[in-house]
Amino acid sequence: MSEPEKDHGTVVGEDPNRRDFIYIAAGAAAVGAVGVIAAPLVSQMNPAADTLAMASAEFDLGKVSEGMQVVIKWRGKPLFVRYRTPKEIKEAEDVKLSELKDPQADADRVKKGKEQYLILVGSCTHLGCVPTFGAGDFGGWFCPCHGSHYDTSGRIRKGPAPLNLAVPEYEYLSDTKVKIG
Amino acid sequence: MSDHPSTYEPKTGVEKWLDQRLPIVRLAYDSFVDYPTPRNLNYWWTFGGILSVCLMIQIITGIILVMHYVPHVDMAFNSVERIMRDVNYGWLIRYVHANGASMFFFAVFVHMFRGLYYGSYKAPREVLWILGCIIFFLMIATAFMGYVLPWGQMSFHGAVVITNLIGAIPVIGGPILTWLQGGFAVDQPTLNRFFSLHYLLPFVIAGVVILHIWALHVTGQNNPAGVEIKSKEDTVPFTPYATVKDGLGIILFLMLFSVFVFFMPNALGHADNYIPANPLVTPAHIVPEWYMLPFYAILRAVPDKFLGVVAMFGAIAVIFVLPWLDTSKVRSMRYRPVMRWFFVIFVVVCLGLGWCGGQLPDDMVFSIGTSASGTPIGLNYVWLTRGLTLYYFAFFLIIMPWIGLKEDPLPVPASISEAILADHAKKKG
Repeated sequence: MSEPEKDHGTVVGEDPNRRDFIYIAAGAAAVGAVGVIAAPLVSQMNPAADTLAMASAEFDLGKVSEGMQVVIKWRGKPLFVRYRTPKEIKEAEDVKLSELKDPQADADRVKKGKEQYLILVGSCTHLGCVPTFGAGDFGGWFCPCHGSHYDTSGRIRKGPAPLNLAVPEYEYLSDTKVKIG
Repeated sequence: MSDHPSTYEPKTGVEKWLDQRLPIVRLAYDSFVDYPTPRNLNYWWTFGGILSVCLMIQIITGIILVMHYVPHVDMAFNSVERIMRDVNYGWLIRYVHANGASMFFFAVFVHMFRGLYYGSYKAPREVLWILGCIIFFLMIATAFMGYVLPWGQMSFHGAVVITNLIGAIPVIGGPILTWLQGGFAVDQPTLNRFFSLHYLLPFVIAGVVILHIWALHVTGQNNPAGVEIKSKEDTVPFTPYATVKDGLGIILFLMLFSVFVFFMPNALGHADNYIPANPLVTPAHIVPEWYMLPFYAILRAVPDKFLGVVAMFGAIAVIFVLPWLDTSKVRSMRYRPVMRWFFVIFVVVCLGLGWCGGQLPDDMVFSIGTSASGTPIGLNYVWLTRGLTLYYFAFFLIIMPWIGLKEDPLPVPASISEAILADHAKKKG
């Protein structure tokens, strides 16, 4: 690179480093330009502003009867609202944390004083299928796609899923009304 | 072959004029008319031509379908139904396109197994083989995105499961998943971009096919004897010999194709995909299209989420490096008495993986009784799949390098013409 370039009529004695500098500067500018052009082309695939602005959902818990669940759509995904029976709550609370793949106490997954209402994102943490209510070995949910079993707290107990069903952010607006998201 | 001198002689004035400016007729003539072909090619070699026909059929029917399809979550399903019911010959074009994908994969699997058996990946054809692997990978991506477009239940939940595979990558998986889906779930942005890419990728495939044929014509074709062309006696001109042989193969293939299109157009599909997509309910038994089942089985065989994804992609990646895993000096398995049996087992294992991929993992293959608690004892599909997966990887990573060093191959003929003469002598008795 730093050899004198006779063919191009380089004046003898000219500093060859000057040509190297031009190569490097031009190369760096080209790389920078490609990066700047690529950034918006890549970024456009991320969620658009209207997708991000998806409104939070309000839900009236009075619609769920004991022992049942209601599925609502929230941010394109199903949301489980389950009214647990005292037996189901007890089952969830009695599990030793050491038995769990993703240890979390039942009390951390519900609001205090509202233990009967379990609100979860109904998307299997394995590959995103919708688990079936009431099925599986632990009385919670069973994912039909690849066989993950969840307990009555929505915690993963058996199968390929690595994590518990996610609890979304929500708050009680009144005694029976919740705002999710 | 690269050292084959051009024999094209432009006859008319127009041809001469064009030949001096763009020798495209010369290129076609030298590649598909006077091109020297090994004279011992069998019918397994017709699948290259069959595959080019498949690609053309898919592109032509696809372009027509786009004239009627609407890539919107509320309208996609109905627009496909409209194609089936109202558009003139829409049913035919869609059935050809949908079954065409299956026929394309059937042909590509035969083509790949042929390359594997006759050692077509071995030096100097490594780049040719890798280009073929790239085409195969692009085909999988294209077929997957095409399957999403009708926006039925299988389309939607298939898209959910496959995009979530990316989410299994530690740390960066989540953001990449959101970037890929264009939101927090599979929805309108996902459908739109899949449609865009499904239209683009076939043309990318066509480009790589040109490179594939270019590489083929640089090294020359492999042949059942696995020895290189040595003299003019070893070859016949591409036209009429290969064109006619390919032509017969293509006609037989199109007959099989027609049986599916006209008599059992939904045999390879899934009934659930005639239910409009519903994000709130996953079908009880979710399966991909048949040609993905072996890879799907490997995914499910591994209990860990991320490692399952690694194994599935690894099953494809290992095919890319095949030229460097085979240590044998002999190319064709015709002269490899031990390896050919491992090859037969490998084909059976691949079919077995496909079968397992379509079953529920906890179901029993066979049971030998029930335990005290009533659960059946025996072999379930998960464990069968694990065994088959183990052989799949062992075939490439252990058997291939090891047998190549240990095996005593049969004597290889000195040339293609000698192999043919020996064959004739044997037949005469």
